[in-house]
Amino acid sequence: MSSAATADDREDGDLAEKSPQFHTAHHFDKADTQFDAGRLGIWLFLVTEVLFFGGLFCAFFIFRSWYFDSFVEAHHHLDKVMGATNTVVLISSSLTMALAVRAAQTTNKKLCTMMLLITLACAGAFLVIKFMEYSHKIHDGLLPGIAFSAEGFKTGHAHVFFSIYFMMTGVHGVHVVIGMGLIVWILLRNMRGDFSSRFYAPVEGVGLYWHLVDLIWIYLFPLLYLVG
Amino acid sequence: MARAITAEDVVHAPQGHGGSGKNYLNAEKGILSWLTTVDHKRIGVMYLVSTITMFIIAGVLALVLRLELLHPGKDFMGAPAYNQVFTLHGAMMVFLFIIPGIPGGLFNFILPIMIGAKDVAFPKLNLLSLYLYWAGAAFTISAILTTGLDTGWTFYVPYSSTVSPTAVIAVTFGVFILGFSSILTGLNFIVTLHKLRAPGITWYRLPLVLWATYATSLIQILATPVLAITLLLLIFERAFHIGIFDPKLGGDPVLYQHFFWFYSHPAVYIMILPGMGIISDVIAVHCHRRIFGYKAIAFSSVAIAMVGFLVWGHHMFTSGQSRLAATVFSFITFIVAVPSGIKVFNWTSTMWGGSISYKTPMLYAMAFLFLFTIGGLTGLFLGMLNVDLHMHDTYFVVAHFHYVMVGGTVVAFIGGMHHWWPKITGKLYNERWGAIAAILVFVGFNMTFFTQFFLGSRGMPRRYWSYLDQFQPLHAFSTYGSWVLGAGLFMAFFNLMLSLKYGEKSGPNPWGGLTLEWKTASPPPTENFYRTPVVTHGPYEFPSTGKAKH
Repeated sequence: MSSAATADDREDGDLAEKSPQFHTAHHFDKADTQFDAGRLGIWLFLVTEVLFFGGLFCAFFIFRSWYFDSFVEAHHHLDKVMGATNTVVLISSSLTMALAVRAAQTTNKKLCTMMLLITLACAGAFLVIKFMEYSHKIHDGLLPGIAFSAEGFKTGHAHVFFSIYFMMTGVHGVHVVIGMGLIVWILLRNMRGDFSSRFYAPVEGVGLYWHLVDLIWIYLFPLLYLVG
Repeated sequence: MARAITAEDVVHAPQGHGGSGKNYLNAEKGILSWLTTVDHKRIGVMYLVSTITMFIIAGVLALVLRLELLHPGKDFMGAPAYNQVFTLHGAMMVFLFIIPGIPGGLFNFILPIMIGAKDVAFPKLNLLSLYLYWAGAAFTISAILTTGLDTGWTFYVPYSSTVSPTAVIAVTFGVFILGFSSILTGLNFIVTLHKLRAPGITWYRLPLVLWATYATSLIQILATPVLAITLLLLIFERAFHIGIFDPKLGGDPVLYQHFFWFYSHPAVYIMILPGMGIISDVIAVHCHRRIFGYKAIAFSSVAIAMVGFLVWGHHMFTSGQSRLAATVFSFITFIVAVPSGIKVFNWTSTMWGGSISYKTPMLYAMAFLFLFTIGGLTGLFLGMLNVDLHMHDTYFVVAHFHYVMVGGTVVAFIGGMHHWWPKITGKLYNERWGAIAAILVFVGFNMTFFTQFFLGSRGMPRRYWSYLDQFQPLHAFSTYGSWVLGAGLFMAFFNLMLSLKYGEKSGPNPWGGLTLEWKTASPPPTENFYRTPVVTHGPYEFPSTGKAKH
């Protein structure tokens, strides 16, 4: 009991030296409990995200089976090259994010900053490409609902495909924007010298979130762009 | 090895540590100190004040509805007004009172204390939950002040997306926000239960109310996101007619119902499981007896949470789902009755041979056992395919879910409020008035809602402002009952409120409970315990009973 207590004290001393900005919150017995709690919290949050998108995926599969011909016809209006480019961009950003977490874990502040900057640039590139795709669709009158004005479809339910497309990619895009905000936050904290091999929980947490955003796109791309 | 920590150390402040008289209520003063607090006890109290306010407003709406139904034809409300009032009654009760009330209010207060922690795992997130609740409530209530809402609390399409002239978007956006409040509370509690239990509190030494909290939180996390995306799609459907749910545009209204009940059926377990948890603790403490079948009650909570995800289709037997789906949903619905039955038998067995003290919380617990059993058993009628085709959308359904939600959850909530009131406020309420109120609630509730089983089985459809003359005597009896019920609830409310001013001071442990919240002062100090307690026994190991009897 007493020897364990001294081990904890030594660990916490180590922590104070490496990450002086960090203070264990008053209701945790030691810093590691706090890190574990945060990690569990992030994973539970990611579960809620999966279920949130789950509803959209479910709607996608139902309408894809109902209106398969419309989905095939409508998906030809999506730009496969831009979609594929965005997939590569986002997967690359997941790699640099993972490297940023690793850099934080090894107290490599400079590398961590660089990796976070590249991740941020990739996220920005993704949004620019997405914006180009969107403005092209809007120009063609493919915005769903009351704004849908495109004509010449041979099948009757192309607008349902674009409803699903804009809902899924739109909600995903909002997640990318939120992710960029979170990356800026950990970037600033990293430059301030908050993180070290003893304290890197926020980098890890944002990293997990970013991987999920990436993962969802990896499903969105083939489902929406490569229907049939 | 340091000397063992005793109960004295945990309760009394060490030398030079503030001294007596300080507790979470008077530690800091001013509105701002409440609005910026991260203390789970203060957040819990603010939740209680907010949700009980909503309960009173929505309850008054219910009395108004019953008053209109005293006679067939128009007394003072026509169809449009009636539709708006029952919708707001339902939506406010479900989203603003029952779902957040017990977890956000009572459990927020007792959970960290029961596990010997200083706070929940994420105190700021806890405060954010409360703020989101307020924001969601503001949107929902804004509907009252603008054009109202007449869709029913279920927001069924295509009526809600294209026909209704009322404030669907404001209310659904409010409920969308409330969902995030609920998710964050559930997430916070799960992490707290995993990471912040004091030394010695193993999972099987948790009070059963915390097993119920855990199960509830699981559902909050797993079901609520689906409601969020459903409502988002509904908002877009109504604003831009995107054709996901609108059949005229190729969408599927039954898909909306599947999505909605995928959340809202598990959500009825978000509503009832906390009540079951409260009852487990109240019965054990007021019978001074080791709970019968601890593990059975604990795991039946988790079982209800899991199986509850697989039965949503029983709300849609008449909505045109396939016969196979309906049959499967019907069978799984019967399976949910098993863990619920296990609980009822275990609670009853706990009372057997215990030394029961008939204090107010125990009266509510016994009312719960009676009412919940009726509510549960009538649920089986409705889960049966052929019977449901006749009973669907009648007063039988209304009576059934009020027996579970009001007779179950609200009665348990009020019982829990009485049980933990001395801990929260440090005051004892008047036992005699408490008991009279409990009896009035029980009698008034049965008058109001048992009558509705007869109405429903004779064909009275729900959600109608007028009815055939032959139903008048039963409707009138139900309305008289609602007055008795209302009187009982107001009596209970004023009895508690008056105790704040006139009540005797409560000691730390007025009921002789063994769980940790009864070891600290009433009301507790801000940090709950001056030293982290060490637990060496289970939550219900009462000395006078238990081993000798087995």
